[in-house]
Amino acid sequence: MAADTGSYIKHHLTNAKMCSADGGIAFNKACADAGFWTLHIDTLLWSIVLGLIFLLTFRSVAKKATTGVPGKLQCAVEMIVEFVDKSVKETFHGKNALIAPLSLTIFVWVLLMNAMDWVPVDLIPTIAGWIGSTFMGMDPHDVYIKSVPTTDMNMTFALSIGVFFLIIYYSIKVKGIGGFTKELTLQPFNHPVFIPVNFILESVTLLARPVSLALRLFGNLYAGELIFILIATIGLFQLPVHFIWAAFHLLVIPLQAFIFMMLTIVYLSLAHEDH
Amino acid sequence: MDINSTLIGELIAFVVFVIFCMKYVWPPIMAAIEDRQKTIADGLAASDRAAKDLELAQEKATAQLKEAKAQAAEIVEAAKKRENQMIEEAAEKAQAEKEKILAAGHAEIESERNRAKEELRQQVAVLAVAGAEKILERSIDAAAHSDILDKLVAEL
Repeated sequence: MAADTGSYIKHHLTNAKMCSADGGIAFNKACADAGFWTLHIDTLLWSIVLGLIFLLTFRSVAKKATTGVPGKLQCAVEMIVEFVDKSVKETFHGKNALIAPLSLTIFVWVLLMNAMDWVPVDLIPTIAGWIGSTFMGMDPHDVYIKSVPTTDMNMTFALSIGVFFLIIYYSIKVKGIGGFTKELTLQPFNHPVFIPVNFILESVTLLARPVSLALRLFGNLYAGELIFILIATIGLFQLPVHFIWAAFHLLVIPLQAFIFMMLTIVYLSLAHEDH
Repeated sequence: MDINSTLIGELIAFVVFVIFCMKYVWPPIMAAIEDRQKTIADGLAASDRAAKDLELAQEKATAQLKEAKAQAAEIVEAAKKRENQMIEEAAEKAQAEKEKILAAGHAEIESERNRAKEELRQQVAVLAVAGAEKILERSIDAAAHSDILDKLVAEL
């Protein structure tokens, strides 16, 4: 049982991999040695599908948006947009056409990806296993699929590194290279002697931002997913326990999406601030 | 903890999604929201204005009604006055007519009487002459009165 449980959990927490090996395309276990050049196709698939759901829904609303009496979907979309817009305007006081849509994308996309946590842990792997064994002649145990993209560090780091590039870009754009260098070297101790110390401190502060952004989201969702999988192994009592844990995630899932968005706005408004 | 090229793929997806959102999603939705906010603000202002207009119109209507009532009362008053006047005039006229008719009657009666008097007078004269003739015829005695006659002849 213990070994079963262990392999069950491991199976659920393994991504479907794809890589090129021996001139062809290889999957999963064959990719053990592929190193960096491996793709987690499940993370890519789910994140892009969810991103497209977000964008196409919002785009269809945007195209049909009436200034008169809005429909229910338009109301919902406008509520989200106004919520994001309010959050941005409360924190960021400059003029920037990117930050608001960036925040909207992050918020809704992360929310949707986190929401995959609510899908019963066995549902998608079972369907994938059935498809794999029926149509592709695979052993169902060799079909891996992890349906919550934010439990994959590649996903969370991709988001936070994107934000990090924007922090650097706007820091340099607003303050100039000189101003940005000064910020890195002459704070918090404004004396030439302390330049190395300052530089180390500020660099760590700067680098900690994307790392903490990515790891916070990853950690919360990974832990949540892990507990869901553990709950799925305890037999009949999993039903009430699962319900409680899923209800708790009503809080965690939007909160993590909101935190990621809020911190992005805060970091970018810090990048715009000239000391 | 396997960081691999998935990260690059997700980064590309992220950039594409953000650009799409920035170009095709955010601006039209925001424009619709702002347009509607403006429409609602305009509508509220218009309704305020309409309420004020209504109040003004009601005040005006009340004033006009009052004025109209006053005018109506005035007209009724004038009509009554005129009626009285007309009645008085008619009475006066009737009185005058009556007097005129009476006067005419009197005059006619007078003239009739005068004519009758005249006639009578003439007839009295004729009768007197006839009476006188009769009397004279009987009393004149040519012998007795010859001296008078002679005198007359002598005077001629």
